[in-house]
Amino acid sequence: MSACADKELLLQALLDGELDAANTAACEAHLENCPGCQAEWARLLELRGRIRVPGVAYEAPAALRGRLEAALRAARAADARPLADTRTAAAVRTPATEVADTSWWRPRHGRIFPWAFSAALGATVATLCLVLFVGLPVREIDDELVASHVRSLLAAHLTDVETSDRHVVKPWFAGKVDFAPPVLELADEGFPLVGGRLDYIQERVVAAIVYRRRQHVINVFVWPAGSQLPAQHAVHRDGYNLVAWRLGGLQFWAVSDVDAADLQQLRAAFTAHANL
Amino acid sequence: MGQRFEDLLLPHLDAAYSLARFIARDPAAADDIVQEAYLRAFRAFDSYRGGDARSWLLPIVRNCSFDWSRSRSSAPGGASAGGPVPDPDELPGELEGPEELAVRGNEIEEVRAMIRSLPEPFRETLVLREIQELSYGEIANITRVPVGTVMSRLARARRMLTAAAERFL
Repeated sequence: MSACADKELLLQALLDGELDAANTAACEAHLENCPGCQAEWARLLELRGRIRVPGVAYEAPAALRGRLEAALRAARAADARPLADTRTAAAVRTPATEVADTSWWRPRHGRIFPWAFSAALGATVATLCLVLFVGLPVREIDDELVASHVRSLLAAHLTDVETSDRHVVKPWFAGKVDFAPPVLELADEGFPLVGGRLDYIQERVVAAIVYRRRQHVINVFVWPAGSQLPAQHAVHRDGYNLVAWRLGGLQFWAVSDVDAADLQQLRAAFTAHANL
Repeated sequence: MGQRFEDLLLPHLDAAYSLARFIARDPAAADDIVQEAYLRAFRAFDSYRGGDARSWLLPIVRNCSFDWSRSRSSAPGGASAGGPVPDPDELPGELEGPEELAVRGNEIEEVRAMIRSLPEPFRETLVLREIQELSYGEIANITRVPVGTVMSRLARARRMLTAAAERFL
């Protein structure tokens, strides 16, 4: 049995709370006596029950939120900064930071919106980067890396591309990051490749190469090396081990809950196999 | 201005992303669309005259989403707007295909897939109503059609969803 043709939109409006008091009363009275409309009403309620479930709406990815927050902070900083200061900052900016900064306003998947990037906003973002990329304490990086590692385990978002084939993972990064992270198969060394992921560290999009060591996950974060970090670095933080190394102009950070010795072994294997 | 923009607009990032994702049906594109929308919003912030910031932001997100769809449908070899979005250039892990395959047995992903299967303009109307929980008047403003059209689109979208739900179950 189907609903009365003239009541279909009314029932929808009743469901959506769009009827005034008089129409609500009339519609409800009709519902009491009309099996066809009752069936239609039940269908609408069931459908709404299925759709309005927490989790159906998407959540913005952390990397996107990070990019926006960083860019907005930059814009705010530029607001507060007298013009003369901005000029000074621009004058001492190194080519390296210029490459690093504006890349996060660029769409990662080709230039869908070629008109998007105003020179003004680019300049404010560049200004901020100067502030951000100079002299960051290593400790903050450690914390960020551990947080990213933990997030990768919790959020069911360990990999964007899941495969043990480095010939798939490596091209996947091309065009998503402005550098070419070496993706190595180290299964023979006891570190099977799980896949790759984009992550967000130090206000920039970085590559995360995911390996497994027995049942443990190892994230290897990769981004272009800056001068502010030590060439080699190992630390234990909140139950996680971090081992950093530099290779071919890139900075690598391995983060995991495996033993520090395992990470050192990964570093050695990685360095030995990389043709950098 | 930066601080005020942030306070008003950043809380609606998930809403913006969700709308872009449902319209574009492509996770990577949704990222770019939202980024572009916030940039446009930032530039147009002078024209914001108070009121519900989300209702001010979502039309911008919607416009960016449809600009993206158009740019894609006019690109050589691109999928037609509103159709399914298989793109041979897409990279593993970002296809909707595997996403659709992983859907079965996961109630939330099933519902998302059902919504994604709706053609436009029914999809955006339903998303604005059921996901963003906007009123008919707000949806009419955003989609620039009369309230009556919003009502009939919603009714049609819900009929299609019921049919899709029966296929899934």
